[in-house]
Amino acid sequence: MSTVTATKRPGGTRTPRDAHGTRPRGPDFGAWFLVLPALLPILVLSVGPLLYGIALAFTDAQSGRTQATSWVGTLNFQDLLHDSLFWESFRIGVVWAVGVTVPQFLLALGLALLLDQKLRFRWLARALAIVPWAMPEVVVGIMWRLVYNPDAGILNETIRTLGFGEGRDWLSGLATALPAVVLVGVWAGMPQTTVALLAGLQNTPRELHEAAALDGAGAWRRFRAVTWPALRPVALAITALNLIWNFNSFALVYVLTSGGPGGRTRLPMLFAYEEAFRYGQFGYAAAMGCVMIAAVSVLIALSLVRRLKGDQDR
Amino acid sequence: MSALRTSRPARIGQYAALLAYLVFLAFPFLWLVSTAFKPAPELASLHPTWIPKDPTLDNFRQAFDEQPLLRAAANSLVAAVAAAVIAVAVATPLAYVTARHRGRLASAATGWVVISQAFPFVLVIIPLFLILKNLHLINSVFGLVLVYVVWSLPFALWMLMGYVRAVPAELEEAAAVDGAGRLRTLVSVTAPLLVPGIVATALFAFVTAWNEFFFALVLLKTPEKQTLPVVLTHFLGAEGVADLGPLAAAAFLATLPSLVVFAVLQRRITGGMLAGAVKS
Repeated sequence: MSTVTATKRPGGTRTPRDAHGTRPRGPDFGAWFLVLPALLPILVLSVGPLLYGIALAFTDAQSGRTQATSWVGTLNFQDLLHDSLFWESFRIGVVWAVGVTVPQFLLALGLALLLDQKLRFRWLARALAIVPWAMPEVVVGIMWRLVYNPDAGILNETIRTLGFGEGRDWLSGLATALPAVVLVGVWAGMPQTTVALLAGLQNTPRELHEAAALDGAGAWRRFRAVTWPALRPVALAITALNLIWNFNSFALVYVLTSGGPGGRTRLPMLFAYEEAFRYGQFGYAAAMGCVMIAAVSVLIALSLVRRLKGDQDR
Repeated sequence: MSALRTSRPARIGQYAALLAYLVFLAFPFLWLVSTAFKPAPELASLHPTWIPKDPTLDNFRQAFDEQPLLRAAANSLVAAVAAAVIAVAVATPLAYVTARHRGRLASAATGWVVISQAFPFVLVIIPLFLILKNLHLINSVFGLVLVYVVWSLPFALWMLMGYVRAVPAELEEAAAVDGAGRLRTLVSVTAPLLVPGIVATALFAFVTAWNEFFFALVLLKTPEKQTLPVVLTHFLGAEGVADLGPLAAAAFLATLPSLVVFAVLQRRITGGMLAGAVKS
């Protein structure tokens, strides 16, 4: 479609990608007409609110306030700095995000490697591996509450049957609540990670494996020398995304513990939600959102830097 | 495959590992189903069993009596279908343009997709709450649909861009050489090839909206407007005093539509839908 009219884009520099066949063209004909229906709602309902939200962080906005909202500068952020409860929840958020992402990655990698083999019942495993993905987070939370239920749950019953004692109320124990919700997080996010890694694996040329095997490389050597280098970009991307998603997660823990007991599982999103919609502190909660997005931006920046470095090494 | 022969013990190890994964992935779901079909006395038993001795549908009946599940499901259905249809209708042209032009627009679009993944939603929901309140769209499924459309746009855009790129530009060029105008090329060459991708994207948008909880929790106030995930949390009641049977029954029902959609999409999902998204 474009070759016939392939002229150099007015004033545009050619991107390196031009060499491989996609020819750039100026935003001519109906391009804007095609783009506007999506751009408008994005601007009005996504970019707009994001900026509005950042602005709110510098105001004393509250719900049901009678006087006008006014600018308070960095007051919210100063308060936040001294809010030990928020930093405790921030810490829990980091522990939760890392605690979910790392085991989830290792488990998903194992599963993806298995599913990449020619095994019988692989189809069943693939089908099952996706079930947690299809379930609403609320249902996942409810389901695990049934599993963890101190009397009628299967977990304690298994513990009793195996003779490991009486079991306990996992979700309300001060020491057990966070590990218990982390396990659910690992379970719930397995499919996305597995599917992404599996897709990455399937892009590795099989001939490389065979050549390495002929050279006498064992399974571990083949993994180190062939599989991992090919998988690395996907693995890094999905890990960065998982860290971000987990840090910002809400529904699962809301249903499992509502942040309890004693705030032990109160993720930053739960804290900010309560601040905004239970106590009506819109400005303060928005400041929390700003701190969260700043933390996440650092992570994105770091992963981008690594990717750029990786590109240079090649 | 010739050089990659796996030894017998290694094979056995692989099957053992696969079995362990299957158990880990399946057991909570099986427990949910088991609980949903257990009569009250069995639920109260001190030694719960995997298979209900006396399976019953009472929990389902009771679930419908306790909470307005049908209306909640209808609300969810309306919100999810509307959001999916609108999101795809709006995203497809944008995806087409950004996938074919490697310009500033394309990098802005992908940049926005990446950034949107990092939103802590509380930062967006407070302003949205205020805006929708001013428009009198709080406690309205229509307001929720607006939010869902925008919220599902990044992923829809991302998926659709992948599908557009999979349509060889040469096909369009050939049509142009044959004298077809741009619009004609789009309608009669490109669009038909995109249909499966558009359907898959719409189904994903549907599931995302069907499963969504946070926005629905904040924006919908009265039980008759609330969507299924929000109504499900009403079963939990005060801390620890959940009525397990009806809770399990309702939760099980709420999962079915998404499970059906995922079953339909299975091939596409395992076929590397995320590969395109993650490779970039």
